Amino acid sequence: MPDTAWTPDQPIVSLKDVHKSFGELEVLRGVSIDVMKGEVICIIGPSGSGKSTLIRCINGLNDIQSGSITVEGLEVHDPKLDKLALRRKVGMVFQQYNLFPHKTALENIMMAPLKVLKEPKEEVAARARRLLAKVRLDGKEDSYPGELSGGQQQRVAIARSLAMNPDVMLFDEVTAALDPETVKEVLVTIKELAGDGMTCILVTHEMGFAREIADHIYFTDRGVIVEHGPPATFFKEAKDPRTKEFLSQIL
Amino acid sequence: MIELIQEFFRQLAADYPRWNFIFFYEERQFDKVAEGLWVTVQLSVFCIFFSVLVGVVGAWMQGSPSRLLRMIVQGYIQFFRNTPPLVQLLFFYFALGQFTPTHSPDGWLEVPIISNVGWAVISLSLFAGAFNVEIFRAGIEAVPESTREASDSLGFTRLQTYGYIVLPLALRICLPSLNNNLVNLVKTTTQAFAIAVPEMLYQSVTIWNDYPSAQNPMMLVLFVVYILLVGVVVMSMNRWERAMKIPGYGT
Repeated sequence: MPDTAWTPDQPIVSLKDVHKSFGELEVLRGVSIDVMKGEVICIIGPSGSGKSTLIRCINGLNDIQSGSITVEGLEVHDPKLDKLALRRKVGMVFQQYNLFPHKTALENIMMAPLKVLKEPKEEVAARARRLLAKVRLDGKEDSYPGELSGGQQQRVAIARSLAMNPDVMLFDEVTAALDPETVKEVLVTIKELAGDGMTCILVTHEMGFAREIADHIYFTDRGVIVEHGPPATFFKEAKDPRTKEFLSQIL
Repeated sequence: MIELIQEFFRQLAADYPRWNFIFFYEERQFDKVAEGLWVTVQLSVFCIFFSVLVGVVGAWMQGSPSRLLRMIVQGYIQFFRNTPPLVQLLFFYFALGQFTPTHSPDGWLEVPIISNVGWAVISLSLFAGAFNVEIFRAGIEAVPESTREASDSLGFTRLQTYGYIVLPLALRICLPSLNNNLVNLVKTTTQAFAIAVPEMLYQSVTIWNDYPSAQNPMMLVLFVVYILLVGVVVMSMNRWERAMKIPGYGT
């Protein structure tokens, strides 16, 4: 399906029967998800259930064995895919922030728009400062990642992704490595982003947050989606015994 | 003042025949020492530059998806690391030197395009470069895969990721071992003596062949010159290391 065929009434991200194995180990065993523009979806599930692999497949960091993943009509795993076109649409934030340690907060945000998109420097700098203010880090422009707390680094990482003006943001357990007191500041940032209408796909262990922010919750176990639904029904009326067991352990 | 010094050493040589510091009172010999020092400095600078270049490019090729390219680099490293540099130098000058084209500036003499100095630079750069590839590779491997993934997901190409992120970080990690190898390289330039490159050792030997009484003083000069020369290299490398230190990164 060519890029131009996509219209906003179709799913912006679409996974169809995705299979993924690492050697003998089958991590995803037929996953299908449709995400509409502006939707916020949370993927929850026990560790090792394939959540992170799933989200990494969406921007092509992992390849897949069969099935299809499209982002705005782009086939992510088409060998002829223009990777840059995909990267411009999809932003990703990682558990370990993965900032570039030798660049300041502002430089981290400016690098990709400058070098990848080749945009003019003044424009990029102004946008980077705006984004830093948006994640409440004005004044930290010249700090290096090593001088920032985990929560601050993660917010710089979010701003860095946003600087590419993506249409979809992927969050891979972005609060899992943080101190409890800094988790909130990151969650607030994500919530504001979702409020602005950004399409967000989150893998998370923060159930309270998922319930509050998500339009739709997917529960994965052993490589399949066991159950999904809007938070109101999902948390109250889980039907599958695996979902019930998981929820009883963490709620 | 100068005459006083000259008089002192002339007297010293008369009193102690084994300590003829002839270059202190005979201009021709002084010029030889100065020329030798200048050639050694040039040889060192060129070899350092080209060997680092070989290291950077070689390490980049080692990470290439092409197996052939990786095997070529591996073969190069094995050959130049496992054979003596002096043998390499003789091989380049005497064996390969026969096959290089010549030109004739005056219509009579046939001058090879690559002089003995040229061969020394090529041979020594390739020798030290083999070690530099391994040194850079170690640095590159110490850069976390997740940092590369972050840059990948921002749309950087493999070359951009290498140039802007991996190499600057790897360089900081491998500077101490690079330092060691470059020190060795500066000292190994003395082997260019074997193909009559008029560097420091070559000039010293010609002096003591002409004046056996100057042998002890010339050896003393050699030691002092190399201690100072290597001292300068080590000092500038340390200064560079400090200048590249990232606030809050590492120890």
